[in-house]
Amino acid sequence: MMPQSIVVSNRKGKLIRLLGRAPLNVIVLLICAVWLLPSVGLLVSSFRPASAILSSGWWKAFKTPLNFTLENYRKVLTTANMGRSFINSLLISIPATVMPILIAAFAAYAFSWMTFPGRDILFLTVVGLLVVPIQMTLIPVLQLFNSIHLTGTFAGIWIAHTAYGLPFAIYLLRNFIGELPAEMFESAHLDGASHYTVFFRLVLPTSVPALSSLAIFQFMWVWNDLLVALIYLGGNPRVAPMPLTISNLVNSYGGGWEYLTSAAFISMFLPIVIFFSLQKYFVRGILAGSVKG
Amino acid sequence: MDVKVLLMAVLAIVGVPAMLVAYTMFSEFLVSKVRGEKKQGKIRPWLWILPALFLLFVFLIYPVVNTFILSFKNANSTSFVGLKNYLFIFTDKTMLTALRNNLLWLVFVTLVTVTLGLLIAVLTDRIRYESVAKAFIFLPMAISAVAAGVIWKFMYEFRPRGTPQIGTVNAILTTVNPSFEPKAWLFNPPINNFALMVVYIWIWTGFCMVILSAALKGIPDSLLEAARIDGANEWTIFWRIIIPTMSSTIVVVATTMVINVLKVFDIVYVMTNGTLGTEVIANRMYKEMFNFHNFGRASAIAVILLLAIIPVMLVNIRKFGQRRVK
Repeated sequence: MMPQSIVVSNRKGKLIRLLGRAPLNVIVLLICAVWLLPSVGLLVSSFRPASAILSSGWWKAFKTPLNFTLENYRKVLTTANMGRSFINSLLISIPATVMPILIAAFAAYAFSWMTFPGRDILFLTVVGLLVVPIQMTLIPVLQLFNSIHLTGTFAGIWIAHTAYGLPFAIYLLRNFIGELPAEMFESAHLDGASHYTVFFRLVLPTSVPALSSLAIFQFMWVWNDLLVALIYLGGNPRVAPMPLTISNLVNSYGGGWEYLTSAAFISMFLPIVIFFSLQKYFVRGILAGSVKG
Repeated sequence: MDVKVLLMAVLAIVGVPAMLVAYTMFSEFLVSKVRGEKKQGKIRPWLWILPALFLLFVFLIYPVVNTFILSFKNANSTSFVGLKNYLFIFTDKTMLTALRNNLLWLVFVTLVTVTLGLLIAVLTDRIRYESVAKAFIFLPMAISAVAAGVIWKFMYEFRPRGTPQIGTVNAILTTVNPSFEPKAWLFNPPINNFALMVVYIWIWTGFCMVILSAALKGIPDSLLEAARIDGANEWTIFWRIIIPTMSSTIVVVATTMVINVLKVFDIVYVMTNGTLGTEVIANRMYKEMFNFHNFGRASAIAVILLLAIIPVMLVNIRKFGQRRVK
């Protein structure tokens, strides 16, 4: 008697649980669909000829005969400056990611493992700078750039992105490097290692998780930035990164969806690949820095 | 051209880090020339933080002070005009629209992103494909606001009634309800403001979800189990245990969103450029700066933005401190 009734009630429980879970799954799947739909629409449209995009909804693209093309990508890469912009985006983003991380790592190491007067106040000031909206700095920095001819140059935008990324980078790395075990440093110094050796041989290798999170964060930030590029590159198409070029395309080809959809997807491609392959580090960076302004 | 670009790339990817490493080597060399261990220890830290301090001073501290001063000057910064620029901000019609819209954004977007983020975090906590579902919601965070603007402009595309709708939103609504009149979402005030906010919500809900989901996972299972044994249902558990335990995280997420929303720029710039009643503070500042060349007004707008952010940030830092102590 006993075992049988247990089986029955278990089955019943399972069924109830399954039924109870159906609405939950439906809701979650619905939310996911709503969130994916816009990007899917863009992706599908970017492979459709202009006439098809304008005459029917993208969801009708799968009706036979299939009518897909790579022409949009060819056109936007060759005639709309997107090819050049892609390279520009890389040329801007890579140094603007490496520079702040190295500089912040030097500073974070000094803030964590060297003693000097005013250290804590200085560190608090750096953290306080997280509050400052970039808008507060645009005019004076632009005037400075104009006077030393850095406007419209890669070097100018590298330095600007480096400086803007520093408060967050120092804050995040100081938290990580400061938590490394003190014994590690003591024994290294006893062995006669200099700060230089300790930093490059010990601190940087052990900080790889924090450095990766930071690198992804900063790279995405710079890669997707419009404002800083808009102000300091001064509309020079030869140095314009993709967001700047796309925003110009939006203005000039308001209804040219074959250009806009393919251009937007070209700019999304790399961040999406990075996102799916390194999602763990991205999430970690967000959690560590949720206080960022 | 190609050679130049290539050279630039090499300089950027190899040269810049090499220069920074060379700087540390050189500074260590300088320190080693100083006699006495103690003196060395006094100089070294400053050399290590010097590059950071220099950049922070030139790009953040000095500009902030300068912008404050510029905000009391006229358009080309030649004479002081007192509070005139601030008076302009609080009397000019477009500026008032921008302030009103930012307030609207702040309330609506923060409320929706945090609520949705929490809801999705709680819901996905109970399913097997949690990480996949969360990745989809989180994905827009990786996309630039400009690309998101293009995506949603296409979503909102409008065709007159009777012609095939190519914009997803109008297509869905006319299919569900055949008598629905297709709308030009970005051109009809006041809906256009909400149409823009939806884009921002689409991007940022994943951010809220990730942080809130991590906090949710931090609630000990024993606590929830104990409540269940005491006969509490899921609804009570949500309101009586999950929400109170997560309250400080919720505040941190909400304040972070408030700060982000206050600075909203790209989406508005790309999708409507502030026309038809959709102006926001940051876009207005850009226009004063580049279209009207009025540096006084642009600076005053930036100062207002900073003043709005500071109190929110203070709450954020205090709550963040509490959370870490826990």
